[in-house]
Amino acid sequence: MDYATEVKGQEHSTGGGEPLTDARIAIEVRGVDKAFQIPRHRVDSLRERVTHPLMRQEFRTLQALRGISFDVRRGEFFGILGRNGSGKSTLLKIMASIYKSDAGRVRVAGRLAPFIELGVGFNPQLSSRENVVLNGVLMGLSRREAARRVDSVLDFAELREFADLALKNYSSGMMVRLAFAVMVEADADVMLIDEVLAVGDAAFAQKCLDVFRKLRGTRTIVLVTHDMATVQRFCHRAMLIHDSEIKYIGEADEAAMRYYRLNFRDRPPDRDSAVPDVNVRVLDAWLENGAGERVQNIEQHETFSLGCVIEARHDLERPVFSFQFSDADGEEIFGLTKYLELPEGVPDRLRAGQRVLISGEIENRLLPGSYYLSAWIMRNRTAGDLALHRLQLLEFIVFGTDLGPGRVQLQDEVRAVIMDDGEGP
Amino acid sequence: MTTEPLELEEITGPSALGGGWRRSWDLLYLMASTEFKRTYFGTALGYLWTVGRPLMLFGVLLAVFTQAFKLSAGIPHYAVLLLLNIVLFSFFQDGASTALPSIVANVAIVRKTQFPRLVIPVAAVLTALFNVVLNLIVAFVFILAFGVQPRWTWLLVVVVLALLLVLTVAVAMILSALYPRFRDLGIIWSVTSTALFYGTPVLYTLDRFHSALARNIVSMNPLTPILELARRWIIDPRAHGPSYYAGGLKLLIPIAIYLGICGLAVWVFRREAPRIAEAL
Repeated sequence: MDYATEVKGQEHSTGGGEPLTDARIAIEVRGVDKAFQIPRHRVDSLRERVTHPLMRQEFRTLQALRGISFDVRRGEFFGILGRNGSGKSTLLKIMASIYKSDAGRVRVAGRLAPFIELGVGFNPQLSSRENVVLNGVLMGLSRREAARRVDSVLDFAELREFADLALKNYSSGMMVRLAFAVMVEADADVMLIDEVLAVGDAAFAQKCLDVFRKLRGTRTIVLVTHDMATVQRFCHRAMLIHDSEIKYIGEADEAAMRYYRLNFRDRPPDRDSAVPDVNVRVLDAWLENGAGERVQNIEQHETFSLGCVIEARHDLERPVFSFQFSDADGEEIFGLTKYLELPEGVPDRLRAGQRVLISGEIENRLLPGSYYLSAWIMRNRTAGDLALHRLQLLEFIVFGTDLGPGRVQLQDEVRAVIMDDGEGP
Repeated sequence: MTTEPLELEEITGPSALGGGWRRSWDLLYLMASTEFKRTYFGTALGYLWTVGRPLMLFGVLLAVFTQAFKLSAGIPHYAVLLLLNIVLFSFFQDGASTALPSIVANVAIVRKTQFPRLVIPVAAVLTALFNVVLNLIVAFVFILAFGVQPRWTWLLVVVVLALLLVLTVAVAMILSALYPRFRDLGIIWSVTSTALFYGTPVLYTLDRFHSALARNIVSMNPLTPILELARRWIIDPRAHGPSYYAGGLKLLIPIAIYLGICGLAVWVFRREAPRIAEAL
């Protein structure tokens, strides 16, 4: 992935939080509330109205947004993070005039181009050429201007040969490509982009990133995404929405970190860890970064420390502490096995209630991704006993931009040089 | 980015005509014209169907009502009157019927863009208007061929069309705005529009009635005076005008209904427009 390494130097250094405090405000959101009335029993037909005229419709109120206020400055790349259902798409739809807010107000400077629900508004019956013109006008261009840009949109989307094909015959990937091209070529002052990276193939994702890189700093871009690497690479600032409220607004790195914490804090425990810890109890398990601070997630290349406090619930002869790091698919990547370090002559035994601290640094060769740390507490097999049980300790993310195949990156001295003629090996 | 400083402008949320008149007009034109081009796309006869369809209906009805029922007796130029009436009524019926599901059919546009909601049903009516203009040209050829003398009052067909257009837009607004919430409206409308076809003097004229009650009921229909005006101005200047049978004050009833429908349309649409995307 040379793209990732190429941009890493320039963009990661400028990424994160340099504030654009002198710039004018491009988007101003003040006290926006939004609730949806969801009927418990959907009445869609008159018959139900007529046959049960006195039945009052019962509604459940779903508070999607509560007291949302923030500013986005001109030229800012602004991320909105949040788990599914946190309200971030609703917020984008209010900003794009698709939903009406119940309270509060939104002000935007200039023309606005939305990319929402994986597309701009397309009519599947029309050809892509007609749709592109229609959408150009929708985004505020004049009819002539929109017609003039059709070719550049189709070129950008690489769909020129399908220009007169009705959109219903397009694959979903083609549709997204066209939608993104329309949004980019609309040349708007403010772009609202919802989850563009989650769809399409790798080439398309690459194209999106190229666009982000090119436009970053020249346009106001609001991006909703689940891809923290993008947030950290591009966003000047980011905002975290959870349970309909703003939980954090500020540096992109910090927002991404908090997003991860939210994600993994609430995840239901694995089947494995649901097994009661009959032999030992894990009192604490954590990761530390290089500075000795406890962290939820680890930056790529940064050495980290593992810490774990275990309490024996009954006597354990010759215990063995084995840790495994596995990836999101459950594939083990590497492990450590530790024994109690004891002074000479002290018996290798844990009595009930005794605590053990297992800690130390680990060189970080993991590539970005999510990982699990689990532990086996065993009685030494040479004593004839089998392993006891497995404990799920932690889930964490290694974040960074230096992507690659596989899960780990090892150090190497491998080089490629040109061999002189005749001087073969 | 544009260089001139941009002022912050309030986002008011979705509405009937959000984003300014100019943009709404451009969108309306684009939607109506692409829809018009598309309707007969892929059919062998293409645009000929625009004209062919009402002519075929006209042929059927003409055969039935001149041969089987003798409705034509005593009505001057019955054949071309029937043609004119069918053309005008089809405009109303087609406009309203295509507008009815239009907002639901354009779900992608409504849910993903700041599309001025009013443009969608109005575009459907506008497509029907393109059709009726073509049809009227054909109708006038027949009217001449059947020996009706051209008169300056033919120009007043524009007034007839305008009156009809306003009513059609109003009905289209009501139907399209309520359809996302009450899907039964599709069925109710198909029955209602058939009833209206017989409840409007399309096949007959008002002087055919023996029962005063039936005539009074038909006279209340706001489409009735419009078609009567058309008959008087285009086919038969000696025909009675709308006020003859209704009789002075009674003409106020269809006018009141007409205005009432227009008022209701504005009220319903303004009420529904901001939340339509959420109901879909």
